[in-house]
Amino acid sequence: MEHLINIVLLGLLMLAGFAIVRTKSLLAVAMLTSIYSLLSASLFVVLDAVDVALTEAAIGAGISTILMLAAIALTSDEEKAPRHTPLLPLFVVIATGAALIYGTLDMPRFGDPAAPAHRHVAPTYLQDTPTAIGIPNVVTSVLASYRSYDTLGEVTVIFTAGTGVLALLGFRPRRRNTEDTGRKKLVILRVVAKLFFPLILLFALYVLFHGDYGPGGGFQAGVIFATGFILYALAFGLSNSQQLIPHQLLYVMAAAGVLIYGLVGIASMLLGGKFLEYQVLANDPVTGQHVGILLIETGVAITVAAVVLIIYYGFVSRRPAPGDI
Amino acid sequence: MIGLAFDILSWVSLLIGAIFLLVGAIGVLRFPDFYSRLHAVSVSDTMGTALILVGLMIQGGLSMVTVKLLLMFYFMIFTGPTAVHALAEAAIEGNVKPFARKTGQ
Amino acid sequence: MQGPLGLYNYWIVIVLMMTGFYIVIARPNLIKKIVGLFVFQTSVFIFFITMAKVEDGTAPIIQEGVNLYSNPLPHVLILTAIVVSLATTALGLALVVRIRESYGTINEDDIHVQDEAS
Repeated sequence: MEHLINIVLLGLLMLAGFAIVRTKSLLAVAMLTSIYSLLSASLFVVLDAVDVALTEAAIGAGISTILMLAAIALTSDEEKAPRHTPLLPLFVVIATGAALIYGTLDMPRFGDPAAPAHRHVAPTYLQDTPTAIGIPNVVTSVLASYRSYDTLGEVTVIFTAGTGVLALLGFRPRRRNTEDTGRKKLVILRVVAKLFFPLILLFALYVLFHGDYGPGGGFQAGVIFATGFILYALAFGLSNSQQLIPHQLLYVMAAAGVLIYGLVGIASMLLGGKFLEYQVLANDPVTGQHVGILLIETGVAITVAAVVLIIYYGFVSRRPAPGDI
Repeated sequence: MIGLAFDILSWVSLLIGAIFLLVGAIGVLRFPDFYSRLHAVSVSDTMGTALILVGLMIQGGLSMVTVKLLLMFYFMIFTGPTAVHALAEAAIEGNVKPFARKTGQ
Repeated sequence: MQGPLGLYNYWIVIVLMMTGFYIVIARPNLIKKIVGLFVFQTSVFIFFITMAKVEDGTAPIIQEGVNLYSNPLPHVLILTAIVVSLATTALGLALVVRIRESYGTINEDDIHVQDEAS
């Protein structure tokens, strides 16, 4: 039964992929990309990766699509046919694919419990997490405790990307009166957005603090926070959401999240442990782990939310180049 | 006995929900213009999702799962029609003309 | 499934990867190229998560009475990779927007023509 669901989802993914190749309208391509992401999120659920599915659904199907639509609005939405015949690319692609498929022949079969990947560190993580870290979600414990250096690196990458987009696009606040046209038409959208905005923020907090016990954590929570504010900005316009969360505050938040992460590491060094060794943060090592994980997850959430909003503000506040309508 | 009745009830609701979604999908493919396609998808989509969620709630019984499904039900019932409304507004704004057969043909 | 047929989803994932790769190298439109990159990235995520699956296992959240879980390590790697993929996609799209502003087009062929003319 599981194989059947697998095959159906993979088949739909292939259809979506081929449709992306064939479609000329870029707006349709953006929607197809969103469908592709949502399908892969469903596949992750079937493959028991619930944390990953939550992240992919929020980021791939949600935020990425909004950014693509914003970029298309700033450029153009039709694709010209290529000048060269696609024979050489097709040959390269088929050759690479054949080589990769030849490479898979030595791999252990799908779902093999004796595969080498499951023999190395994973059993240690699964066995030690309940006693050493004291939380049931192993993904969170590996992410935030065993491999927290990695995660610090990832958060820094996200911070750097936010800085990069800011350097490329900047932020130009618009005049107020350009956006308030068509207020009557938006009334239903605005009422529903007002109803959902606090619920989305509440859900983000739930995902953040429940991440130890169920699927969730700082990355997902940050993205959901940002989604709430993006919904508000879509319904009420950029100048109103500017008053809610000004961009200067976002710059401070993006830096503060990384800083919280680093300071937890330095605090554990000052208390006599190694960098990011949470045991020393409280009298009891397991409580120390709890405190450390919660603090760094909060830092991650703050940085991710701020960076996603910086990127969104950057794209939306930019006016189309002169000469376009 | 009562368990069997609940099972049948939940399966009937799941099946009818799936049929609603299927009909909506056929409508999207077969209807001629944007607005009639929107009409096909909005009504059947909300109804189909609602019925499937009800079927799952009966399967879940009195548990945390049912509470979460109830919350999803609440969200779906608000977001579905709002999204369709926003799409229709955007189509009118973008001057999408409704389909009309020319007279005399 | 036994034998080489037990590898079927790796093969489909490779086809998906190659679809993304083809879009990147064969399409001149820069936004389409970034979409291709996104498709490629997502297929790599699926590849990793497929490797993490253990037959009859369950999601790696420790429960009473369950002793077979999926491998949590690829999940962690891919979870962070997804967020980084958002950041890189955004950076790429920002670059495309700037290219459009200075060249007036997002077609790679046209950009080459303009570069050679100047």
